[in-house]
Order: sequence, then C-alpha cells, then structure tokens
Amino acid sequence: MSAGAASAADWHRPSSLAEALAIRSRAGSAVVAIAGCTDLMVGWNAGARRLPPVLDLSALDELAAIEVGPDAVTIGAAASCARIATHPVIAARLGMLAASARQTGSVAIQNRATLGGNIMNASPAADNPPVLLAYGARVTLASVRGSRTVAYEGFHTGYKRTLAEVDELLVSVTVPFPASDASIHYRKVGTRRSQAISKVAMAAVIATTVDGAGRQVRAARFGFASVGPVPLSAPTLSAALMGERLVAVDRDRVEHALATDLSPVDDIRSTAAYRRQVAVNLVMQAIAEAG
Amino acid sequence: MSLGQGLAFTLNGRTLSAAEGSIASPSMRLLDLLRLQAGFTGTKEGCGEGECGACAVLVDGELVNSCLVPVGQLHGRSVTSIEGLPRTDPLVEGFARAGATQCGICTPGMVLAARALLDRRPDPSLDEVREALAGNLCRCTGYARIYSAVLDAAAGVRPPVEGGT
Repeated sequence: MSAGAASAADWHRPSSLAEALAIRSRAGSAVVAIAGCTDLMVGWNAGARRLPPVLDLSALDELAAIEVGPDAVTIGAAASCARIATHPVIAARLGMLAASARQTGSVAIQNRATLGGNIMNASPAADNPPVLLAYGARVTLASVRGSRTVAYEGFHTGYKRTLAEVDELLVSVTVPFPASDASIHYRKVGTRRSQAISKVAMAAVIATTVDGAGRQVRAARFGFASVGPVPLSAPTLSAALMGERLVAVDRDRVEHALATDLSPVDDIRSTAAYRRQVAVNLVMQAIAEAG
Repeated sequence: MSLGQGLAFTLNGRTLSAAEGSIASPSMRLLDLLRLQAGFTGTKEGCGEGECGACAVLVDGELVNSCLVPVGQLHGRSVTSIEGLPRTDPLVEGFARAGATQCGICTPGMVLAARALLDRRPDPSLDEVREALAGNLCRCTGYARIYSAVLDAAAGVRPPVEGGT
C-alpha cells in the first residue's frame, strides 16, 4: 500500500513553468518537486517518509523539450531518458549521453525517469552525471527572480546538496558537442549488465594532437559516479595528463592523481579498494583506446 | 492550481475520474488502483521498487512500472493493463505455445513489455528483445522460451504445440 496519502489539495500540477515557479517561490521546500518519480516513489512505497505536498512537473511540455543548437544540445529537465537515448542528434554527437540514458534502469524506468530528476535527486551513483561532467555541461536554474546558467561541475556541493536555491527549479541542461576528433569513453560497472546501480562509472572525453611521435593530450575531462559523496570530475588527473603523450602515460601517475580526486567508501555495493582499482583501470582503458 | 476533482484518465477503455469517485487520491499508486479499486488483479506486485517489472503496464503505449506511478500524474492519459490486451494478440498464443509461462507472476508484465517493443519494432532481433525485457525478471523459465515466444509472435510463426527444447 501507499505511504501516507497527500490529499488532492496538496497535489500541485501546474500547466506552465511560470505557475510552477510561483508555487516554488511561495512554498519553497514545503513542496517536493516531482517528475518521473522513479526514485522518490521507492522511498514512499517503503513508508520511510509520509508523502509531502508535491509540485508535479509532469504536465509541463515546455520543460521536456530537446533543442539542438550549433554547438550544443539543450535538454529540458523533464525530458525522459528514453527520449534522450533515442534522439538522433544525441545518439550521433553525444554518444555517451545516449548510452548513459539507455543504462538508467530498465525500459520501464527510462520511459519515466528524467534527466533533471537524475541530477536533482543528487545520488552519487546517478547514471547520467559522469557523462555530463565529462562533456562540460551547464545547467540552467529558474525562479521568479529570473534564471541563471552555471557549470554543472561544482553543482553538487555535498551529499544530496546542490547549488539550487530553495525557490529555484532546474529547467534545462546544455551539453556542448565535444571536438570532432575527441575520443569518448563511458563505462558503467555494476553487478549485472541491466539495471544495476553502479559500483563505479566513468566517462571521459580525451582530445589529442597527433604528430610524428604519436598522440599528445590537448585536453582530458572526466566524470565519475559512486566514488565519492557527489558525482566527481577529476581535476588533478586532467591537469596531470595535459600535454602528455598517450603512450607515455604511466599507471602510477594516474593512480596517484585519482587518489586526490576520488574519495570512495565501503558500502553495500562495493569496497573503497575495489572502486579505486577499477577507476584506475577504466582511465587506463580510456587512454589506451584514445591512442 | 491544485489537482482537485478534475483528475481523469482512461483505464482499459473505461474513463475513471476523481469527480465520480473512481480515483480516491492522486498519491495512490497506479498498482493499488488497478488491484484494489478496479479489480484488475492481473498486474502483480513483486518488489515494489521498480526493479522486477511484475507490475508493468502501458501508459499511452509506453511501458511503466505501476508501483512507481502516482495516479495524479495520469490525467488525460490512457492506461492498459494485461486485461486490456486483446485475447487475439499474437503474444498471447505465442506465450502459450512456446511454454513461456510457468508460475505466471512475471507473465503479464512480460507480455506488455513485449507488446510495447513490437509496437515500436515489429521485427526485433533477439538482442532487442533481451534489452526490451531486461527490466522484467522471471525466476522460473530461464527466459529462453519467453524470448522465442516474442520472436515467434513477431514472425507470425505457429510453433508446434508439443516438443520444444
């Protein structure tokens, strides 16, 4: 049976973003913003929390649009993983995002789960954030005060905490296309291939310059899940690889850099030691494939 | 605006509405509405966490886990549970002939997951069938007969009643 029921009066289902922002401005954290409900309902079903008043964003078509620009795709926060996974431009030019959306739970989950929910639910194990970090995505927040766009890197300020103010809603995510010659790598490691929660996931975009002596790193950006309290980029590793020849990248250096960037723990899904080792393996694999 | 008496949607071709009392609360799980209120007990509750697919139904033709859907989000949508699938659907005979059902708990969700796939991809590969059904767990069959039931239904094949592998 359902957890304690919210009455119809506590169920806000605005038909425009302006109306949604007005409710958010008035009610703040007294309303929980919901969209696909694929994670929130699990907690509610378990009876862990009484159902709070909700701000249901699922009727807002304007929040579900996917717009292709010359340099980036802007994805509405309420766009489903299924639509992201099958969008032709995302599949062709942001392949890691199509892949992570397709690995977010099963088909039945992907039909409901939204990109905005995956970000705002703020799980360190969320499937799409590593890819967004590696691509250098930006997120746009809106409130009755106006809207602002910030880098997604740094958006998660602590476990289950974000930069979003209490009156703000995440409205869209802008994902720039990587350089056409960049090499991309996404890998989710879980207990089984389908609908597992990741033990470690890594996304990488590695841009290189070629000369007679091989490939040299021009820029390398990473995103990781399940190896810290929030989805993590790896600035120390990115800096360490800058200008390096791919064939000369040494495992110890990668391991040393990741020791600074990542802070995995032992939990029900894996151990800190396993996660560190797999993270290094995934980076070395990405470097080998980029070469 | 709050969602008051205006909430209404279609279930297996019939209109339900808050105004006439057939939807008690927007926060009710679709699964509970199906089983406890509408009497459509073909939809099963397995895990209650969206991991097993036993409660899967179609909303506007798309597969969803009904344990994770509050009915307040269904306004204007069309829900099909296993009872709403025509008995003449080739998947029904496909599952029966292939021996794809044992205890039966997963079957309604499996059939609807397969229906959603075939509506999108009438002639799927085995890999596409496996991916489409990956969120529907079966603890009896080992899946092989389920996959062949879906492929046979797609191909319009009438497999022999007896035999099998």
